Amino acid sequence: MSGLLLIPVVGPLLVAGVLLALPGRTRLHRVGALATMAVVLVTGLVLLVRTSGGALTVLRVGGWPGPIAISLAADAFSALLVTVTALVVLCCLVSAVGSGDDRRPYFLPLVLVLSAGASGAFLTTDLFNLFVLIEVMLVPSYVLLSLAGGAGRGGAGRVYVATNLLGSTLLLAGVALVYGTTGVVGLGDLAGAARDEPTVAVACGVVLLALGVKSALVPLHDWLPRTYPVASPVVVALFSGLLTKVGLYAVIRIYAVVYGGDPAYHWLLGAVALLSMVVGVLGAVGEDSMRRILTFHMVSQLGYVLLGLALFTAAGLAAAVYYLAQYILVKAALFLCAAAVRTGRGTDRLDGSGGLAGQRPALALAFAGAALSLAGLPPFSGFLAKFLLLRATAETGAWLAMTVAVLVSLVTLLSMLKIWSALFTGDPPASSTVAKRIGPNLVGPPLVLAGLSLAAGLAAQPLLVVADTAAAGLRDPAGYVRAVTGR
Amino acid sequence: MSAAFVVGVLVAAGVFLLLRPGLLRVVLGFVLLGHAVNVVLLAAGGLGRRTAALEEVGPDTADPLPQAFVLTAIVITFGITIHLLGLLRRGAGGPTSGADPTGGGSGTESTDETDDTDTGGDDTGGNGTVGRRR
Repeated sequence: MSGLLLIPVVGPLLVAGVLLALPGRTRLHRVGALATMAVVLVTGLVLLVRTSGGALTVLRVGGWPGPIAISLAADAFSALLVTVTALVVLCCLVSAVGSGDDRRPYFLPLVLVLSAGASGAFLTTDLFNLFVLIEVMLVPSYVLLSLAGGAGRGGAGRVYVATNLLGSTLLLAGVALVYGTTGVVGLGDLAGAARDEPTVAVACGVVLLALGVKSALVPLHDWLPRTYPVASPVVVALFSGLLTKVGLYAVIRIYAVVYGGDPAYHWLLGAVALLSMVVGVLGAVGEDSMRRILTFHMVSQLGYVLLGLALFTAAGLAAAVYYLAQYILVKAALFLCAAAVRTGRGTDRLDGSGGLAGQRPALALAFAGAALSLAGLPPFSGFLAKFLLLRATAETGAWLAMTVAVLVSLVTLLSMLKIWSALFTGDPPASSTVAKRIGPNLVGPPLVLAGLSLAAGLAAQPLLVVADTAAAGLRDPAGYVRAVTGR
Repeated sequence: MSAAFVVGVLVAAGVFLLLRPGLLRVVLGFVLLGHAVNVVLLAAGGLGRRTAALEEVGPDTADPLPQAFVLTAIVITFGITIHLLGLLRRGAGGPTSGADPTGGGSGTESTDETDDTDTGGDDTGGNGTVGRRR
């Protein structure tokens, strides 16, 4: 049954190859891509059910021994993220039908490759394969960013490629240093090495620095708000669900396994987390288009997840895992709302006139739900995530972090209200500016995602069980290490 | 020691090129940085071990794993270099209007798709390089 682990990685790659060989057949591409992602989603759910009790599924591709094998492993954390990202990709594909993005050449095969790379990065168990799979994920993203953007996409594309290339070079150098100091690159073999050996800690620090660039943590965030807003909103929704989250996942995994949660670095993680929260949310205040505001909030929300890691208590890690999973859904819902607004109005800038709430009540409902969840208001999942995180923070007595987290939520709410009052309330614009009808395949996906956020807030127990299992696995990685190394 | 020296020179040259205006120099800078990292990877396996890996295993047997890493890394770097050169070429063909050479101002407006003005700083530089080359 461990062959299941291959499906999220190899399946989309194979289908992408077949679709690339059959260009121009839009219907076939749509059916193929949607079916593939549905299969990946089901696989993720099966893995999630199997791992939610704390069991692990490990696969050594080709049956090679120990350090040579390309091995994949799913624990509750990996399986949860594979499931959530597959769901987001599926929703984005449906939205792309409505916004017309998927009629661009190669859009769907590229999305499939992106998804394969992200799933692979969640499942891989060694640092070098992490590098390779992140590259598999980034290469289609370079094309997607410039494929469907507006004016200025060339320059932003260059900033994006250059930043990520620098990050990748740094990541590879870090992997080389880790190999030079330890002679292994498998996470299982490296367990606790950075806590015991200062040289390994430095080498692994280079890896974490590179991953910090990829996940846009302050002070390495500057490229994100410069580049993401030029892409089409559906593409930004995909990126927000997959790219930065892979970096953050890897930071969490490496810190938990290789550093063994070494308390000597908690202050550093905490400082980066608080800076990310504050800088991201303040950056969003001055922006004037939906995509720009939401992109800055990505930086801010990643800080919350990192704060849970910085606490490194069972409650803190569980809060971080729950936060990350629900946040991916919420953010994708918001960007897909932006896609719907942009398709209907031709722009997602806030200075156009509003009135969308009267014209498109379903879209307004989806946006309101997702926005309230992002700001952390009950009964949505964002509230529960923030509540769990604040409770975990209070237990450790980090009052500064708690204060900052609450204040940042308030400013987040302010930004969301700004979008709401500019686009959804007020008088609708003159009929000439209503370019296109907003179809059900544009309103549906964000509505589904916002509904899931509500469900994850009201009936949180199954997700909380998974988060607790994942947190236990991160806090005490002995089981993960045993399963991965086979010793 | 020689590996450290080579890496140092390559990184210095690569960073120098990255900081110059012009996308072509940036591409070449990344090529040099990639080479530097490849040398680091090789050195991580131990440069003194020279016997071929597939013969009998002894203390001098070369470590095949870093070599496999380097091979993979070379392929990836090559592919991305080609993509960057493609971007450079497309940028050279298109108009430069609407781009903000300082890479900063989000307040300036262009005609349609108005929310997309915040571009990178190397736009005009890249075109300038290609122009000079011709």
